Amino acid sequence: MQTVKDSSARSRVGKTLVYLFLAVWALLVLFPFYWMLLTSLKSYAAYNSEYIPRFFTAAPTLQNYADAFTAVPLGKYFLNTVIFTLITTAVMLLVTVLAAFAFSRLEFRGKDLVFTFFLALMMIPSELVVITNFQTITNAGLRNTFTGLILPSVTSVFYIYLLKENFEQIPDELYRAAKVDGTSDFHYLTRVMIPICRPTIITVTILKVIECWNSFVWPRLITDDANYFLVSNGIQAIRENGFGRENIPAMMAAVVVISVPLIVLFLLFRNKIMAGVSRGGTKG
Amino acid sequence: MKNNGYKGWLYLLPAILFLGAFMVYPLIDVFVYSFEEGYNSASQSFFGTGLYNYRYVLRDEYFLQALKNTFLLVVITVPLSTLFALLISVALNSIKKLRDLFQTIYFLPYVTNTLAVGLVFMILFKKTAYTDGLVNLVINFFGSPSVDFIEGPYWAKMFVLCFYTIWVVLPFKILILTSALASVRQDFYNAARLDATPKWRVFTRITLPMISPQLFYLIITGFIGAFKAYSDAVAIFGTDLNAAGMNTIVGYVYDMLYGNSGGWPSYASAAAIILFAIVLTITCINLLVSRKHVYYV
Repeated sequence: MQTVKDSSARSRVGKTLVYLFLAVWALLVLFPFYWMLLTSLKSYAAYNSEYIPRFFTAAPTLQNYADAFTAVPLGKYFLNTVIFTLITTAVMLLVTVLAAFAFSRLEFRGKDLVFTFFLALMMIPSELVVITNFQTITNAGLRNTFTGLILPSVTSVFYIYLLKENFEQIPDELYRAAKVDGTSDFHYLTRVMIPICRPTIITVTILKVIECWNSFVWPRLITDDANYFLVSNGIQAIRENGFGRENIPAMMAAVVVISVPLIVLFLLFRNKIMAGVSRGGTKG
Repeated sequence: MKNNGYKGWLYLLPAILFLGAFMVYPLIDVFVYSFEEGYNSASQSFFGTGLYNYRYVLRDEYFLQALKNTFLLVVITVPLSTLFALLISVALNSIKKLRDLFQTIYFLPYVTNTLAVGLVFMILFKKTAYTDGLVNLVINFFGSPSVDFIEGPYWAKMFVLCFYTIWVVLPFKILILTSALASVRQDFYNAARLDATPKWRVFTRITLPMISPQLFYLIITGFIGAFKAYSDAVAIFGTDLNAAGMNTIVGYVYDMLYGNSGGWPSYASAAAIILFAIVLTITCINLLVSRKHVYYV
């Protein structure tokens, strides 16, 4: 009896320690978010007068947010990113769905060979191809245009693969029945396959949106006109010469504005995003 | 269904065009560039073909600095982040209450903009005329003098970079490991409980082997990702990484291509191919090691 009591007491201590450990890490993850929100609400004068930063603010102000949209073209960066994300994702979806359909449903000579070739392309790191793409887009005079930003960002072999796998799970009988009814391939794709595979298509869409929203390297290489900056490049420009180096509260307001859309998207589609990322996303 | 032979190609056409123009052609071209000695975007000319670009890059002190930084970053962050993710996942797996909440919080850094949140890390660590920064105040509290983490000594800058990198990569690792742990078959644990196997033994003899495929997947992708580090460094130290002495190999490639020191695609290509060779070698070693230690059920 004594030992049972001992072990249950020990496991309670153990549980508490586990919760403590998890809570400490959760705080470490959340702290930067809290800090940017807090700093963005402090007035410039208040922030700079605090040698020891305070963990709360008695007089929150929205002035920094107003500055972020007026003193620097944050709204423009924001709009650019929305346009870039929407078009890139839409084109990617079109290309991906068509290719996945060809691989999963249609018969043609050389299919297996091409598919193997596609799979091999998944191993190619973007760092290797970015150099020539930079030259191509520059020579085509497409620097500082949406076309130049979008074109090389469209392709994602992995999503073709993911969707093809999903398309193949649709029973053949459906296809044959549709054929008997005289449905064309394209109609079959849009009326049957896409609706059935909607969950995967949504996952792919969300992953691509996240990727587009955060893309930094390609936009940095291909745009030097602030009219075409995306948010990542915009925040970098703001940091280097936006409000003057010291206006950190305004900078943090910009950071909050940039971070909010994806956080909202994440909270709305939490399960989808996490399932999608564990199937195919990598970062780090 | 013979008649739709051409149709398949038609549906594939957009993908083939995009991939051909922006992946296959560049892939061939990058090797061509890397052998065109000293090709310059401004003059559009080169002075010979051969291995000069590789020699140039390997002797460039900026590249050597980038190489050193990248290797340090890899050696520090890959083991630490994997181990830490394992620890957190095991802890997460052992609780029921609040598990969803913790999981959601832990995943947040994945969906944030690396550049934007990096700024927050910068101001937390930065020493300015107005304030030493929050981290330094904590250090002072424990009786040590302030350190300038952003423009100060090398080890301090490396520390911030590693810390931020780990913060950024952990969500993915935790996600993969928690789902791996959750899928370990419960009857193994039940059998172990019947035998009164000690907890640590259960962990090393059942849990670890069962999740070893995912663990190795994470180690391999972790190595690849860390070797390609770039955005995290920019987020903290700004775009002029050479001046900060914190450049990475990928950063060196982009600096050679574009910017103040840019216009040299052939040096950039040589550096990118060296990076690719390093990553390929490390991945092959990883795969060889994993064949001995991973259990596929």
